[in-house]
Amino acid sequence: MANPLKCDLCSKPATVHLTQIVNNKVHKVDLCESCAQAKGVTDPSGFSLADLLLKASLNPEETAGGMRCENCGFTQNDFKKHGRFGCPLCYEAFRSIVEPMLESMHNGTAHTGKVPHRALERKSLYDRLTKLELDLNEAIKSERYEDAARARDEISQVKQAFNAKIPD
Amino acid sequence: MTISSLIDTPSELTDSTSSKSAIVLMTRVRLARNLAGFSFPGWAKAAQREEILGICRAAVTATPQLKRCFNVTIGELTELEKQILVERHLISRELSGAKAGAAVVISKDQAFSVMMNEEDHLRIQVLRAGFQLKKAWNAIDDFDSAIEGSLDFAFSPTLGYLTACPTNLGTGMRASAMMHLPALMISNQMEKVVRAVNQLGMVVRGLFGEGSDASGSIFQISNQTTLGESEDEIIKRLSSVLQSIVEHEMNARAKLLEADAGKLLDKVGRAYGILQNSHLLSSNEAMNLLSLIRLGIDLGVFPDGNRSVIDRLFIEAQPGHLQHARKGQFEPSQRDVLRAERLRSEFANFARPDFNLTPNGKN
Repeated sequence: MANPLKCDLCSKPATVHLTQIVNNKVHKVDLCESCAQAKGVTDPSGFSLADLLLKASLNPEETAGGMRCENCGFTQNDFKKHGRFGCPLCYEAFRSIVEPMLESMHNGTAHTGKVPHRALERKSLYDRLTKLELDLNEAIKSERYEDAARARDEISQVKQAFNAKIPD
Repeated sequence: MTISSLIDTPSELTDSTSSKSAIVLMTRVRLARNLAGFSFPGWAKAAQREEILGICRAAVTATPQLKRCFNVTIGELTELEKQILVERHLISRELSGAKAGAAVVISKDQAFSVMMNEEDHLRIQVLRAGFQLKKAWNAIDDFDSAIEGSLDFAFSPTLGYLTACPTNLGTGMRASAMMHLPALMISNQMEKVVRAVNQLGMVVRGLFGEGSDASGSIFQISNQTTLGESEDEIIKRLSSVLQSIVEHEMNARAKLLEADAGKLLDKVGRAYGILQNSHLLSSNEAMNLLSLIRLGIDLGVFPDGNRSVIDRLFIEAQPGHLQHARKGQFEPSQRDVLRAERLRSEFANFARPDFNLTPNGKN
């Protein structure tokens, strides 16, 4: 610190440095301790916010590269804070940070254990059904009755398979 | 079912008496499972937590294992009741501090317990007395497969079961054994054992999990990693580690007897005397004394059938259980008085030590 900053208000040496982003513009304020106190900057709750803003602005790369899960809104910073993810789809959204982590964390990076076959089968049938129902509606709308008939037959087949798999 | 009836019902942990549980008191397997399409409990909004809870509870209580069960939300439990369940290893400390929308379902014999909306939507636990990892795994595997019939689990072909914390990915399985290792403690070998076990990818913790101390010479050993190996491989690896710890403990006992049997028997005899006559006992001291009596049973100083008494006292000497037995009317400062009182009355009728047996250990 060869060239200490001076307080913007009274030109004493500044010890409190506040950075705020308002409407995407960075505002920096340097204050001495007494002016900061007078302005309420040192109020604990207000100050932690300032600190947060400061850190974020000092590290623009991190905020730009900060990933976010579209499904649940969980962010990379949330992960840093909690060490846990927001939802199962986060593993897709944060794949690039999860993969290197797994190597040091586990005895391998690919699952070789139990597979919930029934649940997966049910899901694939369900997805197929959803798609067929969409197809059917499309076909009816555009008056492609042959396609519609085919979709309808397939739907009843899938439903049968579905009921056979899941008795209830 | 109520908490009182749960405590009074014979349970897997407190009432199984067999010499097979001499060094491995009990084995546990837990599975972490989550529903696809929902946020993990820590991130889910209150309404979603309730929805998750409803779905999980319906599926879990429909199983034959949990037909007759203790089924409560965390909000319905008093602080004391939560503490009792923690002391019985039926819920975690994390669940006992959980916000609304968390619950637990416990089978009558307390062998099965399912926590809902703890760190993951479902934390299933199976507990077996003695060294029965394989049996515990088979039981939990069947249960898991049964509820999979009505629950869509979050699963990825490459990452396995998806869990809130990446440390549980893959199998979502944590298998553990609770071991009583007094001779390794007495001969100062535990540090060495812990280091060796860590190198084999296993974790050693105290009786009540993370951060708890090793009072009573009781340790929990579990697998650290969950991804990259199948459940069977993890169980097999853990079993062989446990087996070698058992052998080390047996060797340490033999060596202590060989070097100075009198010194070891003196510890057992003194423990007996203190438990019969003391008027102030801290939890830590009580655990260590009970541990010595348990060692005495293994050495043949006391009858084999008394082992289950000690295992029950390990739990009933904990603060929550003491307070429950006293029906809530005592202050924390009185705890050590009560504990001593409780143990005095137990040991008034306990078998007298027979030091004349040739204490070769029970191989």
